[in-house]
Formats: sequence, structure tokens, C-alpha cells
Amino acid sequence: MIQAENLTKRFGRLTAVDRLNLSIPRGEIFGLLGPNGAGKTTTIRMLTTLAKITEGRAMIHGFDVSRAPIQVKRVIGVAPQGLNLEIELTAEENLEYHGRLHRMPRRERRRRISELLRFSDLEAKRKVPVDRFSGGMKRRLLIARALMHRPRILFLDEPTVGLDPQIRRKIWGLIEELKSQGITVLLTTHYIEEAEALCEKVGILRKGKLIALDSPARLKENVGAYAVECNNKNGCEIHFCRTREEAVAYAGRLQIDVTIRHTNLEDVFLQLTGEKIHE
Amino acid sequence: MIRQPGFYTIFWREMLSIRKKFVKFFAGSLVMPALYLVTFGWGLGRGMNVQGLDYLVFVLPGIIALSAMNNSFSGVAITLNISKLYYRTIEEILVSPVGPWSIAFGRALAGCFKGLFSAGLLIGISFYLHVQITYTLSFFLILFLTCFVFASLGVLAAMLARSHEYMTNFTNFVILPMAFLSGTFFPPDRLPEPFPTLIMIYPLTHAALSLRSIVAGEGIPWVSFTVLLLYAGVLFFLGGKAVGRLEL
Ligand SMILES: Nc1ncnc2c1ncn2[C@@H]1O[C@H](COP(=O)(O)OP(=O)(O)OP(=O)(O)O)[C@@H](O)[C@H]1O
Ligand SMILES: [Mg+2]
Repeated sequence: MIQAENLTKRFGRLTAVDRLNLSIPRGEIFGLLGPNGAGKTTTIRMLTTLAKITEGRAMIHGFDVSRAPIQVKRVIGVAPQGLNLEIELTAEENLEYHGRLHRMPRRERRRRISELLRFSDLEAKRKVPVDRFSGGMKRRLLIARALMHRPRILFLDEPTVGLDPQIRRKIWGLIEELKSQGITVLLTTHYIEEAEALCEKVGILRKGKLIALDSPARLKENVGAYAVECNNKNGCEIHFCRTREEAVAYAGRLQIDVTIRHTNLEDVFLQLTGEKIHE
Repeated sequence: MIRQPGFYTIFWREMLSIRKKFVKFFAGSLVMPALYLVTFGWGLGRGMNVQGLDYLVFVLPGIIALSAMNNSFSGVAITLNISKLYYRTIEEILVSPVGPWSIAFGRALAGCFKGLFSAGLLIGISFYLHVQITYTLSFFLILFLTCFVFASLGVLAAMLARSHEYMTNFTNFVILPMAFLSGTFFPPDRLPEPFPTLIMIYPLTHAALSLRSIVAGEGIPWVSFTVLLLYAGVLFFLGGKAVGRLEL
């Protein structure tokens, strides 16, 4: 469904995305995880035809992104990081406009609008101009809009950035529902929990390079399933253990208070780079 | 099943905006032409004769051309530039299957609408003031062509703009001089050489010349018409190309 071979983007001397290789099968929810400036948005922009590919190539649904952009655009839905809704238009009009851009017939547009307003729980806001929406409502409408023309592949750039946990869960629910419809999802995030909760596979991106690519469980296993965390004056030290017993034994040998917990993707990133995702 | 072509959706979107803010749009289209009319028509030119015509009859086609230019240019350039640099709503179009030529054409048509609308208001005022002008089909043909030239220029300028200042500068250095020098308010031959020759480069000069000639019953001056047609073709071509090359 989505394939990238040595996908590269340079802005002058800066290499924002560096020889990325990806292969995402149909129906998978794939997450690109990485700190600010890692190249997540740039990757999505190349895959969605918005940014020219400097080197390498990308295939979407069997179409070459550089050579057949129109065919690619027909099968993808995009919810960008910035909320680019038409704020003077209502929820309904935003969807209508999108449907027209994709040349959907009128009756189909009508049906789909009702369906999506229900899906995103925005029925009550049907006739309300978007500039009166809260951040969470806008984000939901953005996803609904991207789904309007029934794309097979959905790109979500930071779908829950800046939202409170409750709304975030709601959006996770929406994304999970898509999986049952066989839609392939590529999402980016710098929230650890989001990648773990939603994604079957995660690619960890740092300074434009893919430094790990696997299921969250496997990534964590490779580091060690358990983390022993001890707080000392200099901050926090983490020791990874394969098994629970090993972790308990290690903790027992220490003279200070420790926490034993499951490893998370933050630990994976730390282990791979020696840095934290959020400093 | 009728599926509207891509350019129509772009045009439809702009019309939706106009419908939503009609009062603002109406007033906005009226202010500048009305001010020009009051300043040059009454304030300056009352009782004056130019080329054997009452000044108001002389100046009105010029003001109509000017107003058509202003409204179709800024009607495209400003909103398109904001949608590109600020709201990023243009990306919603760019990830849809609507191609660059349709985007350019839809926007240009919306610009034409805005230009024609303001021209229409002026024509309405001229009826009200009993200015002795008969508007013919060729008058409106030239008017439309003028609008298309400047709406296309608006597309091009918005695509080239890297900042909001760019737009202000473009207006100051390109649009404003053209507005005043193109023989809109006075016959070009009043200027010393080489100005009368130089300003022939301006499309607005040809718009004003053509409209004036039509009003005087002398028909369409074919040289000016050809120049306008060339401008329309070239600017639209460059505008469409620029949309296709756009990368934010
Ligand atoms: N149009 C551009 N021109 C020049 N440099 C750019 C451009 N767009 C992005 N960059 C640079 O490319 C790098 C990757 O940016 P990108 O937006 O892809 O990161 P990101 O992973 O999406 O970060 P964030 O989490 O902050 O959204 C950054 O160093 C950024 O400054
Ligand atoms: Mg980003």
C-alpha cells in the first residue's frame, strides 16, 4: 500500500529526511514516532505529493507519487498537522467542499456528510462555522474531512497534538474504527502512549533517519521488557532487564528506592539514541 | 450524473464566501470606485471638457477599467495569498485531484466576477447620474477580458509571494503606478514623451483606450484588443505554471 525506497528530502544543505525505507501493508496502522524536527511532517508531505521528492521514490496504492500524483491523490486522505479547515465555512460546508473537490456525486456527498458527522460526533455542529469550534472538534472534523471521499490510505499528522487526554482517547477510538474498514493509516506522533495504543508497527525517526522499525512489543522486547528506574540526585537512571525476576534481583541489590515498570517506547528511544524524545 | 469540473468547485468556493459576507463584499466593491468618481468626476472635473467630451463621460470608462482591475486583482491575490501563507487551505486543494490549471482558472473566474461586479456598480451609478453612455456588448467583452488579465495576474502574484509584504510591494510598485499612469484619468498624450509610448506596455492603458473608443462609438481598437488577449494568455499561462510548481 505504501512503499518508500530511499526516500530523501533536502532543503538546501539540510537533509530533513534521509534515505527512508518503508513498506506498509494494507489495513495497517503505522506510526512514525520522533521528536520535533525529526522529519515526520516532511515525510508525509512527500508521500502526499505536497513536497517534491529530492531522491528515491514512493509508491502509494501502486502509483508512483512523483509520476502519477493525480491517481495518488484520488486514493489518499490527508489530515495535516496544522488545522487547515475553512474557518468561515460550517462543518457541513467543509465536507461538502471536500466532496466536490473529489468530484463526488451530489447524493453520495449528502449521505457521506451525515455519516461522517455522526462518526466524528459533530452532528450538533453541522451548521456552525468552524471558527467557533474547540481544538478537539476541529481535529475531529479534519479527520472526517480527510475520510470524505472514502480514501484507502489515510495520513494523519499529529492527530492529537495539544488535546487533553479525554479527547485524545476519543480520537484514538475513531482511528481504531478505521482499521475495521480496511483503511491503511500512517500517523505521526511524538506521544509515546499514542504510538503504543494505536500502532501495529512503529518507525522511530531521528534527524531524518529511521533508526528502528518494528511492532511496539518487539521494540520493547529488544531493549528488555522491564525497566528498573532509580531516582538519585543526578536525575534518573534506568536499567533494563529481560525478565521480571531479573529486575527484582537487580532492584534488590540497590540501596536506594527504585521503581520497577514495563518498558515503553520512550525507553526504546533513549536506548537507541541516548536522548529522550521530550527533553 | 453530472459531476462539476474542478475549476467550478474552486469558483463555487469563492462564491460561497461572497454570499456569506455579501454586505461587506458589496460595500468593499463600492468604496474605491465611488471615491474615484467623486474625486475625479465631480471634485476635479466638473464642467471640464476633455477630447470634446464632458469630463465625466471621458473619465468614467477609465474608472470602470481601473475598478475592474483593482477588484479582480486584489480579489484573487489577497485571498489566495492568505490561503497559501496563513490558513494553508490551499493544501486541501493541492492534495485533491483538482489540477493546477483548474485551480488557476477557477480562481481567475472568481476574480472576474469580483471585477465585473464593481464595474457593474459603477455602471449602475452612471445610470443614476444620467451620464450619457451606452454600454454595448463589445464594452462588456473588453471589460471581461480586462478582469481576466488582472485576475490571472493576481494568481501569479499570489503564487510568487513569499510573504505578506511581497503583496503590498507588488501593489505599490506595479498596480498603483499602472492605476494612475494608464490614461485612466486623462488622455495619455497629455504626458511628455516618452511616457505616452512607455505606458503602452500597461494592459490597463489598452483597457481604458478600448472602453473609451467603444463608448465613443468607434468600436474595438484591434491593436489594444490583441494586446489584452496576449496579456490574458501569457499571465494565465504563467499563473497556472506557478500553481503547478508551488511547494510550501
Ligand atoms: N520548507 C522548509 N524549508 C526548510 N526547512 C524545512 C522546511 N520544512 C521543514 N524543514 C526542516 O526539516 C526538518 C524536519 O521538519 P519536519 O517538519 O518534517 O519535522 P517534524 O518531525 O514534523 O517535527 P514536529 O514534531 O515539530 O512537527 C526540520 O529541521 C525543519 O526545520
Ligand atoms: Mg510535524
